[in-house]
Amino acid sequence: MILHELTIAELTAKLASKEVSSREAMHSCLDRIDAVDDRINAFISIDREDALGQAEAADVVLGQGANQNDQPLLGVPISLKDIFCVKNQPANCASKILGDFRSPYDGTVVQKLKEAGAVVFGRVNMDEFAMGSSTENSAFGRTCNPWDLDRVPGGSSGGCAAAVVAQECFGSIGTDTGGSIRQPSALCGCVGIKPTYGRVSRFGVVAFASSLDQVGPMARNVRDTATLLGAIAGHDSKDSTSVPIEVPDYVGGLDVNLEGIKLGLPKEFLGAGIDPEVQSVFEAALKQYEALGAEIQEVSLPHTEYGVATYYILATAEASANLARFDGIRYGDRVEGNDPFSLYCNTRGKGFGDEVKRRIILGTYVLSSGYYDAYYIRAQKVRSLIKQDFDQALSKVDALITPTVPYTAFKAGEKTDDPLQMYLSDIFTISCNLTGTCGVSLPCGFTSNPKLPVGLQLLGKPFGEQELLKIAYAYEQSTPWHKERVKL
Amino acid sequence: MSNSDFDIKYVANLARIKLSSDQESRLGAQLGDILGYVKKLEQLDINNVEPMAHAVPLHNVMRTDEIQPSLTNEEALANAPKKGNGLFVVPKIVE
Repeated sequence: MILHELTIAELTAKLASKEVSSREAMHSCLDRIDAVDDRINAFISIDREDALGQAEAADVVLGQGANQNDQPLLGVPISLKDIFCVKNQPANCASKILGDFRSPYDGTVVQKLKEAGAVVFGRVNMDEFAMGSSTENSAFGRTCNPWDLDRVPGGSSGGCAAAVVAQECFGSIGTDTGGSIRQPSALCGCVGIKPTYGRVSRFGVVAFASSLDQVGPMARNVRDTATLLGAIAGHDSKDSTSVPIEVPDYVGGLDVNLEGIKLGLPKEFLGAGIDPEVQSVFEAALKQYEALGAEIQEVSLPHTEYGVATYYILATAEASANLARFDGIRYGDRVEGNDPFSLYCNTRGKGFGDEVKRRIILGTYVLSSGYYDAYYIRAQKVRSLIKQDFDQALSKVDALITPTVPYTAFKAGEKTDDPLQMYLSDIFTISCNLTGTCGVSLPCGFTSNPKLPVGLQLLGKPFGEQELLKIAYAYEQSTPWHKERVKL
Repeated sequence: MSNSDFDIKYVANLARIKLSSDQESRLGAQLGDILGYVKKLEQLDINNVEPMAHAVPLHNVMRTDEIQPSLTNEEALANAPKKGNGLFVVPKIVE
């Protein structure tokens, strides 16, 4: 038995029956990382002693007769994007500016994972401060796509997706501000869900764009993703934007019956330069849904083409305010200056990478005197129009169905000199953040030459994660894609 | 929404980011392209549309005003690049 290949559901069953220990499971991940991560570069760092210590503690609890009914992730190794605060561990957001920062506390998601029994380990790579779509903007080097090392894993949660698909962990927690969970899930071939805004606490997550950021899980299949979401979701008094709505039993709600389900196909998405092979894989997925009893109907999201422009005004504006805290005063690296002003400029000039600088400067500009109404307020108004489109479309159907990305994983370096082209890779994922609704990406096939995964996106109603996961699960269980494993 | 007056030096200064002259020209050109792209939004009629700041209605969240556990002085200063006497040390601000 090759332990690291197991799904979370398979592993928890073997842990409960004492067939394997959590320590063995953790060891198998560490061995796998030693074997493949010099090629993938998913992990920035790992505290092995701490990870094995947590696993041994889980084994003690398992030895006392506890199982996944008590703690759904008991003994399961789960990795974290380098954006989460874990007590006494580094959190760099893949940036130089945080230096040797170590978090003085556990964020809520980390606390919840630990309460669920998970072995929380590692810091996985990302685009600096979650700004990017390729995990190339990292001070710790780029992450490679496990299906083709010359290609990007997507981003910004590219390290999470690569680590899950390369079987270096059993699941991973990322964040999604404009597609940063769903886009890498699609390009690497795993399942990832961006929950509804307010579903998961953001306390202890380094903020990028506070009205758009949401935490979510990534795993090798829908059931595992549902298990992880159940563990991290819920209201938190430390995040005033988290919503006090009860967390349903996501795993219990999984069902293969799609009779009567209506899926909306947004017609504006189909003209948008989709790669022909992605298009045909997507069309086959639509047919499969019809075969499962779902009804597909065309819907309209007339403001789709304005999503990326709206997003890049609002997200950068919010980022310019959020990232003001990285000033070399309270934490992180400081570059001295004669006065506070030159200290700030020197520290931020040296510590931030190019993409972060571009976005902070853009955000500062759109909020500056004389431009605020023309850019920022206008974009907020267009956001209302995009939200109205979604409300109308989702009143007619149970979920929207689209490709996650118009193409498969692109070559490293291909878009790094052209930020606008990079931004446009989020065209299908970005509206979901502007509207605050939920979205999931799951594998729906592969291109033939080269063999690269294609992602299917389902977009649901606010707090409709349970329905969305059910619709994803029915398709997944009727297709072979989630069983494909990359050879490394 | 003209961006002909986008002055990278001025805005980088507002953002407290020191740029090299090479970065000024490269980032300046890229931001010019991006600002050109976002002009798309001018095509839309936004009269009578309310701006949307947040996806879910937000309310002020209050808790009772009582002391709760928080970081100790030592913990709060643990990551400081420069500290002394239990305080953050910064360059002189007042002349």
